[in-house]
Amino acid sequence: MQPIVNVSSVTKSFPGGLVAVNNVDLQVNEGEFVTLLGPSGCGKSTILRMIAGFESPDSGSIFLAGDDVTELPPYRRDVNMVFQDYALFPHMNVRQNVGYGLRVTGVAKEEVSIKVDAALALVELSDKANNQPAQLSGGQRQRVSLARALVRNPKVLLLDEPLSALDANLRDAMQVELKHLHQKLGITFIMVTHDQTEALAMADRIVLMQDGTVAQSGTPAELYDRPATPYVARFIGKSNFVSGVIQATRADSVDVNVDGKILKVDYSGNNIQEGDYVSLCVRPEKSSLATKDSTKGKSNMLPGVVSEILFHGANVRVEVELNDNTPFFVDIQLQSNSHYETVPTIGEAVTVKIPTGNTLLFVTQTG
Amino acid sequence: MKLATRNKLTSAGILSVPVIWTLVFLFVPYAIIFTYSFYLKQFPTFVPAFQFGNYLLIFNDPQYLQVLLRTAKIALTVAVSALVLAYPLAYFLVFKVQSKKTRLILYMAVIVPLWVSYLLRAYTWKTILGSQGVLNSFLVMIGILEEPSDIFLYNQFSMVVTLTYIFVPFMVMPIYAALEKIPRNLVEASKDLGVGPFRTFLSVTLPLSTPGIVAGATFTYCLTFGDFIASFLVGGPNGLMVANVITSQFGAALNWPLGSALAIVMLVVVLIIISLSDRIERSGKLDLA
Repeated sequence: MQPIVNVSSVTKSFPGGLVAVNNVDLQVNEGEFVTLLGPSGCGKSTILRMIAGFESPDSGSIFLAGDDVTELPPYRRDVNMVFQDYALFPHMNVRQNVGYGLRVTGVAKEEVSIKVDAALALVELSDKANNQPAQLSGGQRQRVSLARALVRNPKVLLLDEPLSALDANLRDAMQVELKHLHQKLGITFIMVTHDQTEALAMADRIVLMQDGTVAQSGTPAELYDRPATPYVARFIGKSNFVSGVIQATRADSVDVNVDGKILKVDYSGNNIQEGDYVSLCVRPEKSSLATKDSTKGKSNMLPGVVSEILFHGANVRVEVELNDNTPFFVDIQLQSNSHYETVPTIGEAVTVKIPTGNTLLFVTQTG
Repeated sequence: MKLATRNKLTSAGILSVPVIWTLVFLFVPYAIIFTYSFYLKQFPTFVPAFQFGNYLLIFNDPQYLQVLLRTAKIALTVAVSALVLAYPLAYFLVFKVQSKKTRLILYMAVIVPLWVSYLLRAYTWKTILGSQGVLNSFLVMIGILEEPSDIFLYNQFSMVVTLTYIFVPFMVMPIYAALEKIPRNLVEASKDLGVGPFRTFLSVTLPLSTPGIVAGATFTYCLTFGDFIASFLVGGPNGLMVANVITSQFGAALNWPLGSALAIVMLVVVLIIISLSDRIERSGKLDLA
């Protein structure tokens, strides 16, 4: 299938020499919900703005439904954008804002009226049609902005940090709503965000950016469970990193020497050999804690001291300082109130489990 | 002393100086002029009275009405000319000049003449437009004119040119401020919605910059309406403005009552313009918050 959006070897730098986007390839399929994720300055917004036509690439091409649109101005592109701070026209009411593009481009009055009504109904704002933007709440302005973008029936909807200006509760509600809207309309959504939880919750596919390049692209589960680099593991979810040296390699596992302790970790790649320096990556919820006494005879444990306990409601996150001063976080799920008894106290000597499976291994320096 | 009383006394103390200043130097003179405007002229000076003869004279004697209308016409022409010159300049500065430094330098170039004496700036145009002036010499040199012409100076044209030049910064500043306040993403949003640059300008940029246009037009119109030096320097007989007539009533003609009545009429015109422009700005729903 031909991708609806095809960003092909695009590079863009800004005056002052900053390379915002560096030779990026990105294909988005029709109907997909893709999130461009990354810290500020990683180039995600620039890619979105190039697809919209507000910036033009220094080199490379952008195709929309197979047509080269690299040189087309924004008003000739079949995409619409929901702006970060909504960009509603302050001198027009809600109805005029939504109908603006249709009205000015010469669509018949009755048709504009019908389409605007439908768009406002879609975002459940029919009763606010005659209000001024200044009279609306943040969430309502967001919906107007959505309606205004959707009324033109674009091939692709671009969303630039659409939820970042909303407060936490509203943001959660809008996440669900946007997802429903995407399923209902079936059009392609490309959303830029710096919030990994937002990306994980909403996207079919996450494109994680790093310094103008794509660090990894895949489903949220792929990025979470199989991050390609430590950068991805750090950005998506919480990760613990423990460094060690390879002591022995086998067909499907390796022995890693961490601070004198030998840990067995599943690994089936063949690019690793004895003496390599590696970084072990463990998610807090995939590890577990044991008290010092109950550790005897158990393998894959690292000793440390509890330094902080953070209550999260559904779980308790325990920060353990390992013997080499590395912080290590372990989540204890609170499935019933009796689980509180398993939570250690600050200063207690404990051991953390490095699971044989579910532990990722990155080579930091070959031996 | 109670805290509330003390606070009241403090604010009264702070306010007293500007209040007294305004009273003594603004309201009292206005009141005096207003009183004079009902006095009766009686050779060689005037006597206190309460009668509307001065006002009736202004609106019945074509001579005065004509000056009022001419002043209004020149003020309007100056406001429009200044707008035509200032808008593209302000637009260019805000939207087209990329470098902040260049923008500042160009903006300052517009503002700097305000620091030069008004008289000097008006006088400059005398040397440019005069029969021995720069413009004439240039036109003769390139052969458009056979000999220097006197059509450029001492008429309403030279008045409009001079006053436009002098007051154009007052048009540039508010328009620049208004354009700068327009969020760029509104222009982007318009284009994103399929609207080309020209229609975007008409539907988004221009309406959102009207507060600046209204403010600039009010400044230039009111400043021109009360001006008398330009007429004095480059106006000639056809360039007489209300303010010139008022000066002469208080001077050579020695008719303070009539001069006062004219001044009050002028004040009323300016106040009407200002309240109109205020109303336009308020009604515009141009809240960019």
